[in-house]
Amino acid sequence: MNLRVIRALMIKYAFIVSRNTFRLMDLFFWPVMDLVLWGMVTVYMMKVSNSAPALVTFLIAAIILWNVLYRAQQLVSVSFLDDVWSRNLLNIFGAPIRTSEYVGAACLMGLMQGLVVLCLLGIMAIFLHSLNVFSMGFILAFFFVNLLLMGWSLGLMVTGCILKWGPPAEALAWAVPGLVQPIAAVFYPVSVLPAWLQPIALSFPASHIFEGMRAVLSGHAIESYQIWLPLLLNILYLFLFGYFFQSSLEDARKRGFLVKYGS
Amino acid sequence: MDNIIEVRGLRKEFKNTVAIDDLNFEVKRGEILGFLGANGAGKTTTIFMLLGLITPTRGSIKIMGEEMKNSRVNILKRMNFASAYQQLPYNLRVWENLYVFAEIYGVSNSKKKIDDLLELFELSDMRKQLSGSLSSGEQTRLTLCKALLNDPEILLLDEPTASLDPDQADKVRKIIAARQREKGMTVINTSHNMIDVSELCHRILFMQKGKVVANGTADQILVQSGAKSLEEAFITIARSNKNGGAPLDNDSIGNNNNGAPQLTAAVP
Repeated sequence: MNLRVIRALMIKYAFIVSRNTFRLMDLFFWPVMDLVLWGMVTVYMMKVSNSAPALVTFLIAAIILWNVLYRAQQLVSVSFLDDVWSRNLLNIFGAPIRTSEYVGAACLMGLMQGLVVLCLLGIMAIFLHSLNVFSMGFILAFFFVNLLLMGWSLGLMVTGCILKWGPPAEALAWAVPGLVQPIAAVFYPVSVLPAWLQPIALSFPASHIFEGMRAVLSGHAIESYQIWLPLLLNILYLFLFGYFFQSSLEDARKRGFLVKYGS
Repeated sequence: MDNIIEVRGLRKEFKNTVAIDDLNFEVKRGEILGFLGANGAGKTTTIFMLLGLITPTRGSIKIMGEEMKNSRVNILKRMNFASAYQQLPYNLRVWENLYVFAEIYGVSNSKKKIDDLLELFELSDMRKQLSGSLSSGEQTRLTLCKALLNDPEILLLDEPTASLDPDQADKVRKIIAARQREKGMTVINTSHNMIDVSELCHRILFMQKGKVVANGTADQILVQSGAKSLEEAFITIARSNKNGGAPLDNDSIGNNNNGAPQLTAAVP
């Protein structure tokens, strides 16, 4: 891998985002709105139902961590779509760029965006809801890494689908997180889901992370399987969807789709 | 002089369409080769296969001694391309676009290189403008700047003067010819502009329905087709091949292994 190429692709992305108000909103405004909106909803729920204060903590922490996954996925998918929309696909794939460098740049930008979102929302939660997610300490870093990995996997899967099916699949960049969220036990435990859906939920690394997060915030110890299982699943999905992306790209080259789609 | 590009038995099928059919040609180092042919003849598909953007169904592409399918990145580092129909991202400034691609191609002293190219193509005043705000001619010149950033050994051009006024087109032709002379750059140039072809190209490959139907210098093509101009030759060859006839006298110009008329290449 050529780090200079990765840096160049990251700079390109930074140039695009820095002058696009809507993309800056993706980075700052919408995550903050998520936090404010859900924060007010949970405060209201507590008032009307006398729910345990832990509910607010769970929901706010879930919002913060979900944004890490969501932004990482978005960045991988949308950075590819950026090249499609700006008709830059042929310049990029006709240049000496390895697939690993292209994906690596998007993933690193996803990492940076995830860190920005975690820090921004984490600090806001301290002031708005008296919740310090950073008090989770090292385990927060573990949650962050796993959600980031799952975000990258989903991003690769979505981008692979776009390469396979073209413009009709572009909506998946926004739809897939919406499909995953209800199943991934973000706001409620896996046990709440219908029995037939629970095995599917447990196959998502994020489910174990959010279950672990609730355990830690409740003052319980995290189970050992909640450490190794999500990591294992993430590694598996990264390989699987990385392969899917690579084979979709090769298939696009064979079908001449890269040229049609990019010009 | 050695062959810098060797294409053997190249075929490309898209579903039920054969876009390229058993294409064979080679390009010598330092040669400027013109790709001519009617719309849909397979010129751009061939260019995209040389860039690794389209994978051939069959056949081999050897560039600078390496197989494209095995050494795509290594080959592309020493190549570049520009197309009148493929602009750089509209949402980046002129210098930002060139900076990003200079980094991707590993250009040393990129700032000076960018300044020199912007000056050469008369775009210095626009370096801070968004690329999307440039006219189509300016955007074409910007893609040419990008294409020369890494001093490519091989430059692929897809109708490089299509959106340029005659003055700018002339300047671009002179720049490309000068680069070729100074640095020994090899150029493949697809064009419908016969001035481009006659002024720039040492040799012409005429393609029709994915095959080479004529191969030679501009003068040889004119003599053999009995035409007074390249434009007339283009029309003669294109129409006679559409009707299934052989446009050129095969006895006088020889045959390549496709049965396509083959003229002796004039190499610089």
